[in-house]
Amino acid sequence: MYRHQFVLVGGPVVARLTPDNVRRAKDLIGLYPQSRSALIPMLHVAQEQDGWLTPEAMEHVGELLGITPAEVYGTASFYDMLFTEPVGRHLVSVCTNLACLLNGGVELLEHAEASLGVAAGGTTHDGEFTLEEVECIAFCGAAPCLAVNWRFFGSVSPDTFDQLVDDLRAGRLADEVPPHGTLCRVRRNVGLTSAGSPAAGGSPGQAVGGSPTTVSGTATTNPPSTGA
Amino acid sequence: MITDAAPIVTSRLGVPNSWTLKAYLETGGYAGLRKALTMGAEAVSAEVMTANLLGRGGAGFEVGRKWSMLAKERPAYLVINGDESEPCTYKDHMLLEADPHQIIEGTLICAYATGAAQAFIFVRGEFALGIERMTAALNEAYAYGAVGHDIFGSGFSVDVVIHPGAGAYICGEETALLESLEGKRGYPRDKPPYFPAVKGLYMKPTIVNNVESVSNLPWIVLNGGDGFKALGQGRSTGTRIFSLSGHVRQPANYEIEMSKTTFHDLIYDPKLGGGIRNDNQLKAFIPGGASAPWFGPEQLEMGLDQEAVGKAGSMLGSGSVIVMDHTTCMVRASWRITRFFHRESCGQCTPCREGGGWLDKILHRIETGAGRESDLDLLLDVCDNIAPGLSWPPQKTTICVLGPSIPSSITSAIKMFRDEFLVHIKEGGCPFA
Repeated sequence: MYRHQFVLVGGPVVARLTPDNVRRAKDLIGLYPQSRSALIPMLHVAQEQDGWLTPEAMEHVGELLGITPAEVYGTASFYDMLFTEPVGRHLVSVCTNLACLLNGGVELLEHAEASLGVAAGGTTHDGEFTLEEVECIAFCGAAPCLAVNWRFFGSVSPDTFDQLVDDLRAGRLADEVPPHGTLCRVRRNVGLTSAGSPAAGGSPGQAVGGSPTTVSGTATTNPPSTGA
Repeated sequence: MITDAAPIVTSRLGVPNSWTLKAYLETGGYAGLRKALTMGAEAVSAEVMTANLLGRGGAGFEVGRKWSMLAKERPAYLVINGDESEPCTYKDHMLLEADPHQIIEGTLICAYATGAAQAFIFVRGEFALGIERMTAALNEAYAYGAVGHDIFGSGFSVDVVIHPGAGAYICGEETALLESLEGKRGYPRDKPPYFPAVKGLYMKPTIVNNVESVSNLPWIVLNGGDGFKALGQGRSTGTRIFSLSGHVRQPANYEIEMSKTTFHDLIYDPKLGGGIRNDNQLKAFIPGGASAPWFGPEQLEMGLDQEAVGKAGSMLGSGSVIVMDHTTCMVRASWRITRFFHRESCGQCTPCREGGGWLDKILHRIETGAGRESDLDLLLDVCDNIAPGLSWPPQKTTICVLGPSIPSSITSAIKMFRDEFLVHIKEGGCPFA
């Protein structure tokens, strides 16, 4: 497996999954008839923990599933969202596929490269931003568009791009844009109940932990509008 | 013409907090599931068969027929495909964020009708807010008694899992999606023998339905298959969401009655696309996603009808209509689509993996001024190696249809705009640059 030493901005790498994340991983395994189905969701947990997939975390995920590190890495390396090398705190994904191409997406990417001082695929020296060119991110009604840590921004101009970068750098968008790797801020708070053996520790037919969690802080991600 | 058919799957768009259980119940939510549970599984399937609901993911296969093909072996599984990644398609993204309970209700109706032991809603990993809203909605639905053990006291039990993807276009292909759901690389499986209805998830019989497809189910159960069939005409029944993008004034998702509305209406009507930006001329449009052959202005009066578009040599596909005005470089457009397929090829089959790369490079050199006159024949030759005969629908030399989808944009662009390629080659660069 690919290994070398990294120094990351924002603190040391946690070598393996934390006890809390091991519990989350085991809950995920409990959701599926076959444990390996939990692999990708578990890798998202590992990426949320460290911002990328460390070799140690991948090894730990393999141990929990009873598969080899090579099988974990072999799966992870197929997917665009899973990073087996460090990335910046903010992953800026600019779309240049057709709808964005027709509406200035390529020019937006060029502006982003000049503004951040890195080519697509690169990370700024301070570790704040990794810039990438992505395929269609399904926000075409607001082309040209981009995502930061998979929170979507539409109709982006060079000026609004620079403003966005300033806001991210200053932490003004911390509520809307969590650190890279944080996919879902809502925990499943009920277990599998029909089988009679809930995964998350609740009793059959009952929700665990009081009222269901709701989502807030979505101002930047309104869904595209629809016709009447 | 635009009919006054009421929206079916987008009826809650614009309702404040439409993604919450409270808003969903206030607008008639879960009434379809309650009714379905009193009807019996066979009666529900019969209504869906009558409705002739065509799958909304891209292939357009009848949902009812798909269910009827499920092998008898048990357990059987249900997988909802929310891995929307076809370029310029953004309807499922919207539904996942705006109306997650409708997807869950549709999933449960489908699970009940088909006898699925467990359901998985596979959501494209990039849709972070969609995953959050789906997860929150699922938590609410469990607490409400709509999911899990003994649903609404009916004796029917099923569990639902929201499964995040991790970024791969190919996982929208149903067998690749199943591989991915099993924790592996997204490699499509050979069909036969791995038809999901027979050997699907964990090699068990599996139904794979699209998010928009199942979003129609609560309405169909409440209003009957005949009510659905009364909308549209011929085999294209009901309403459908069309994702309009490109050079139009009002790019958006529009839910409209199938067949009756034309491409001209969709692009130009003030209530829909509103016409081409800056009053420019229409050069070409793509009727059904990046995989579909292109249409020109002469096809504008065609209805948004699966059969009519199919007969004309293209497809409605994923329901995304992409508009290109006269300022568009067609070499560049075709190259960008080709590069997409090249990047997203899973790499299993040589014609797709290698051919896609060749086509990407040749188109790039034409666009950037290093093209040769022989390149047009070379492009078509490589296309012919991926999809022999360049017919529509394409012949396959590969496991899945990703490879055979690559030639569409290239053969369309060369057929419709051959002179534009030649100008690039003769002048040594892009005339639009």
